[in-house]
Amino acid sequence: MKRQSYPIFDASGVPDDLCPIENRPNPMLPGEWRSMKPVVDRAKCVKCAVCWLYCPVQCVVERRAWFDIDYATCKGCGICATECPHRAIAMVEEAA
Amino acid sequence: MSAAGPSQGARPLPLEGGREVRAAASVGEVVADRPEPATMLTMLKQEAKARDFLVCDANEAAAWAVALARVDMVAVYPITPQSSLVEYLAKLVATGKLDAEIVDAEGEHSVLSVLQGAALAGARTYTATCGPGLAFMFEPYLRQPGLRLPMVMSIVTRDTLTPQSVWGGHQDAMSVREVGWIQMYCETVQEVLDTILIAYRVAEHRDVMLPVNVCHDGNYLSFGVTRVDLPAQDDVDAFLGKPNINWHAALDPARPMAVDPLTGGAGGPGPRTFVKYRKGHCAGMQNALSVITEAHADWARRTGRSHAPLVERYRTDDADIALVTIGSMTGAGKDAVDEARDRGVRVGLVKVKTYRPFPVQAVVEALAGVKAVGVVDRSVSFGWNCGPLYQDVAGALGHAGMQMPSMSFIGGLAGADLTTRHFGAVIERVAHMAASGQSGATVWLNEND
Amino acid sequence: MHEIRIHGRGGQGAVLAGSILATAFVAEGMHVVAVPSFGFERRGAPVASFLRVDAKPIRQMTNIYQPDCILCIDPTVSRAVNIFDGVTDDAVLVQTTAKPLADLVLPAQVATVGLCDAVALALSIFKRPITNTIMLGAFARTTGLVSLDSLRVGLERSDFRDAGLKQNLAALAAGFEQTTVHRIERRAAA
Repeated sequence: MKRQSYPIFDASGVPDDLCPIENRPNPMLPGEWRSMKPVVDRAKCVKCAVCWLYCPVQCVVERRAWFDIDYATCKGCGICATECPHRAIAMVEEAA
Repeated sequence: MSAAGPSQGARPLPLEGGREVRAAASVGEVVADRPEPATMLTMLKQEAKARDFLVCDANEAAAWAVALARVDMVAVYPITPQSSLVEYLAKLVATGKLDAEIVDAEGEHSVLSVLQGAALAGARTYTATCGPGLAFMFEPYLRQPGLRLPMVMSIVTRDTLTPQSVWGGHQDAMSVREVGWIQMYCETVQEVLDTILIAYRVAEHRDVMLPVNVCHDGNYLSFGVTRVDLPAQDDVDAFLGKPNINWHAALDPARPMAVDPLTGGAGGPGPRTFVKYRKGHCAGMQNALSVITEAHADWARRTGRSHAPLVERYRTDDADIALVTIGSMTGAGKDAVDEARDRGVRVGLVKVKTYRPFPVQAVVEALAGVKAVGVVDRSVSFGWNCGPLYQDVAGALGHAGMQMPSMSFIGGLAGADLTTRHFGAVIERVAHMAASGQSGATVWLNEND
Repeated sequence: MHEIRIHGRGGQGAVLAGSILATAFVAEGMHVVAVPSFGFERRGAPVASFLRVDAKPIRQMTNIYQPDCILCIDPTVSRAVNIFDGVTDDAVLVQTTAKPLADLVLPAQVATVGLCDAVALALSIFKRPITNTIMLGAFARTTGLVSLDSLRVGLERSDFRDAGLKQNLAALAAGFEQTTVHRIERRAAA
């Protein structure tokens, strides 16, 4: 997991049998159970940001000349590949 | 104001206008102060803010309690016989006497969901409902105590739904007694106002952290107009302190957390984690017994008004037989007990105020010396063909190993009246039962009315 | 303790009369409980409200079955319901009517009667037959249980304002003045 923008809730003063809460980030990452992954063709990408808009988990990352995918959280749903107007994204099988 | 407790005997509390109020020396004592008519008349002519009492019904008194508690948000939806309560809330907000956000939700499910969000953001919240409204609210109603979110909700108790009825009973509040809210029932209009304020103190106490239902009888209390004393705002502020709502679970983007993640299941830490939370909830309920007692005592010190916190014992010390009552029916019950005592029947009355958590020890102690008990319910438990309060009392006595004949009386359903005459019949039946030594069959008091 | 039953029709302010009267009694240092009978009342349907008043605290929150005073603010509702149901001996009736005492049919228990032509007074003050505040004045005059001054305080603490308040205060006074009280000696002695 990359940067944590805000400090997590401090539950040290809270009894652990009160309200069910969780303040430890889950060590599992959604990217770990992906079977197909999107791959962006940098030459075809025009930075229209449609993939960025449509991604349900906000894992599209803006680079200077193209949009890339954060594979830690990408679940491989394929919506970006379907929606890209320039067909710049291809869904590729994950390596075994 | 001194810090002397009620047990130290009566001492006058000076108030504005020179009228003295004698603190009740003991629970249940009738403080029959009669100030000079001229002074009362003068005070009634004063401006609203200088007055220290109202002449109003429990719905209006409840709204004033919400204003005194400095509630941050109310969410409302009208339902008979609560409707005038939410109208009074709106009026108090409009006239600036209640400084709260008021949300007119599209239904009771949204009413309570909105307030849960507000509570997780730190707000002190309030709503009122009954009958079909409570039914519509059931999903968030289940969630509230599990999240240990404090709030106060008035239930203007009403009989439930079918046969089609809009009048008072206890069926709605009794139907949800297993959800894990604290439930207190009020006997008088004054007690409704006082108990709503006490309830905030109990709900937000660190050892409790549970939502509270303050129940008042539909029709008889909700529209019963009588004199109600108002506590001073300063006293209420000192009594309640600042809201203590979301120190343990918060929806705050600046300190992210997950509230109510998936818990339980048969694998991994599931079973023991789930049990841990359930036991914690039960511990909070048990802690509430002493917190409720202490809060009532502090209220009595500050205002001079003493209400029995868990159960009230009326003429039980030398009683052979006892009645158990709940809610406003108790007034007629006490009158009937006095009439029977005048005829030589040694009967006493035990009123249950705190129904959830059930004050097992207090009930057992109150009934320790009697030979037979009759429990009067304003609702039905279909499982046993008796009343729900009867089940709790019978269970408490059984658990304590106390053998005595007992019987259930069901009356006052759907607005039917429970008069001194009905209670006279109850006393007669219980006396017969005591003589026979056998528990009696359930009696439906309004069967021939 | 006095148990008062107020009879009227929906929309005439019988319930409001009960709460103004309650405030007036509180002003005199009395203990009071006022409870309306509740149902889906439409304009014109018979309604009743109940009021208990006592010098000591009142514990029972129940309806009233044996009133010792009947306040009837409608001239014809007694045809639709038995307004004297359960009334005690030596009871008081405060009735709005244009008829004389001899024309009224009363049970033996009623020994004191206050009559006021409240409808005529209401039409002259309000231009509408709203009799509740006039009849509160009649009640005070007939029973002596509450003073006009306390009733004025009750009115001032209600939601009436400005012109409406003035009219109702005038109505109260008119009802008090223009009520004739009859004592039926034969019955009182029974």
